[in-house]
Amino acid sequence: MKLAELASTIRSKNAGVDHITFDVIFSDRAAYERAVASGALSRESVAALYGVDVSRVVSFVTYDPGNAIKFTLRRNRSAASPGEPDPFGSQSYPPLFDIEIT
Amino acid sequence: MALKLMSPTGHLGFTPIERGSFEAGLADHPDAIIADSGSADIGPHPLGADEAHSPLEWQRHDLELCLLGARELGVPLIIGSASDTGTDRGVDSFLRLFEQIARARGLAGFTMAAIRSEVAATALADHLAAGRVLEGLNGREPATAEVLARTDRAVAVMGIEPIRAALEAGADVVVCGRSCDSAIFAAFAELRGLPRHTAVLAGKLLECASFCAEPFMGKETVIGEVDADGVTVYPLHPGQRCTPASLASHAMYERIDPYAETIPGGTLDMTALRFDRVDERRTRVSGAVWRPDDAYRVKIEGAGKVGERAVAIMGIRDPHSLSRLDDVLGWSRMKLAERYGTAADVGYEVFFHVYGRDGVMGYLEPNPTVSEHEVGIVVEAVAPTAEVAEEVCALASRNLFYARLPDTMGTAGGAAFFSDEVFRGRPAYEWTLNHLLTLDEPGEPPDRAAGLFRRELRTVGAREGVTP
Repeated sequence: MKLAELASTIRSKNAGVDHITFDVIFSDRAAYERAVASGALSRESVAALYGVDVSRVVSFVTYDPGNAIKFTLRRNRSAASPGEPDPFGSQSYPPLFDIEIT
Repeated sequence: MALKLMSPTGHLGFTPIERGSFEAGLADHPDAIIADSGSADIGPHPLGADEAHSPLEWQRHDLELCLLGARELGVPLIIGSASDTGTDRGVDSFLRLFEQIARARGLAGFTMAAIRSEVAATALADHLAAGRVLEGLNGREPATAEVLARTDRAVAVMGIEPIRAALEAGADVVVCGRSCDSAIFAAFAELRGLPRHTAVLAGKLLECASFCAEPFMGKETVIGEVDADGVTVYPLHPGQRCTPASLASHAMYERIDPYAETIPGGTLDMTALRFDRVDERRTRVSGAVWRPDDAYRVKIEGAGKVGERAVAIMGIRDPHSLSRLDDVLGWSRMKLAERYGTAADVGYEVFFHVYGRDGVMGYLEPNPTVSEHEVGIVVEAVAPTAEVAEEVCALASRNLFYARLPDTMGTAGGAAFFSDEVFRGRPAYEWTLNHLLTLDEPGEPPDRAAGLFRRELRTVGAREGVTP
């Protein structure tokens, strides 16, 4: 099953001026636990997906109160610097849709 | 007895507050109206250039609603991060708007406090010289004299103490410079005797107004009922609900660590947070723990100018050119280097934002290929002067037109202009400072520490022009 079919919200947004944070939120505990247990989302897998060094994934957490998986990438330059894309970081999530959850 | 905090907007002035739920909020008799006006999402330009990002008329609209509502109910009004950036210009602008509104509406006299928190880069350099460290946040290096020299404008982000002190001094209206979103709510809750863990929790939950409710709506009012153990949050728009899921989702929004909210003086630990549904539209949140810091650390935000900016818009439709797009862009870069030297030589930068390939996500795009029949290219040039930026931008965009590709069918221009002109963009800025300054003035209350937060009280609307 693809992540977009299992999750209820998949979003990205600035977290401070140097980072984009990604939230994958599930509507129920079972879906959340299934996604976590699958290991499909990890520091390594999201670094590979976005083509950045794993050291740029500054945080990867499971958030039980929100049934959510959350990770944060460091930008090349601070948000809204010249050349730096997507000043709000709000359109960087769609590549997550097709991650296969087994 | 619970305290009711009313939050009408997550960014005052950005788009106007919705009146319906605002008035429903007033009818619910809140104990204070509290609204943040700041954001870092707007980028470093408004801070660095010291300009408002929101239209003055929308700021006036929101401030008028809030002021009339608060004065009618006789409750405090607290505005955080005045005019988007919280610089002294922002504070002064909001003071002026409040005075104009009070005069136009003939409001009875009230006390207004201003708390200014702009800090000169030279003053920060003095801190460095005095042996203090400007510690980098989230992986940044400590600030150096060189970084401070590149900083045009900076603000210190205030916590609870200066705001609470202004309320204790008798302010009915408080206009804050740059401030922690959660602190503007927590300051009032603490003033009324609530413990810090629920005071800050209330601020964290309420700071973005209707973003903590579902379905998604902006600029609608929410209210938090705060007591010593927790916060019960509900929306005032009839179509919204505050559910455990919507509040938990908001608690993790636009932050790296969903379990911690750090403000000067400590961190709110949200690891053991509980979200309990009260009814269809209300949810109670509890279980936050306050962890005091060993020192009073204040965040400093700073922005500095990188250069002047010019922009042109181009499009390419020829499939042959699209299949060799890097060669097209390469031709343009080659012509730039031929005329001006490399970017490093003369200090210009050119960026090709190729919409239809990777214009949205840039270097994060996993699939930077062209899969449709055309692309749009935004050519962005940054240079030390506007004239050079425009010239560089014109040469870069016209050389997409003149790019030489073997075997091309079209020999009358390899790209289409949106319009053969160069638009002057706002100057380019960057966030130079996102750092923590540790204040350790012995015996000095933190609200005055190092002179970062400067309070002024004035009386407004005292029947000016009325003869006794």
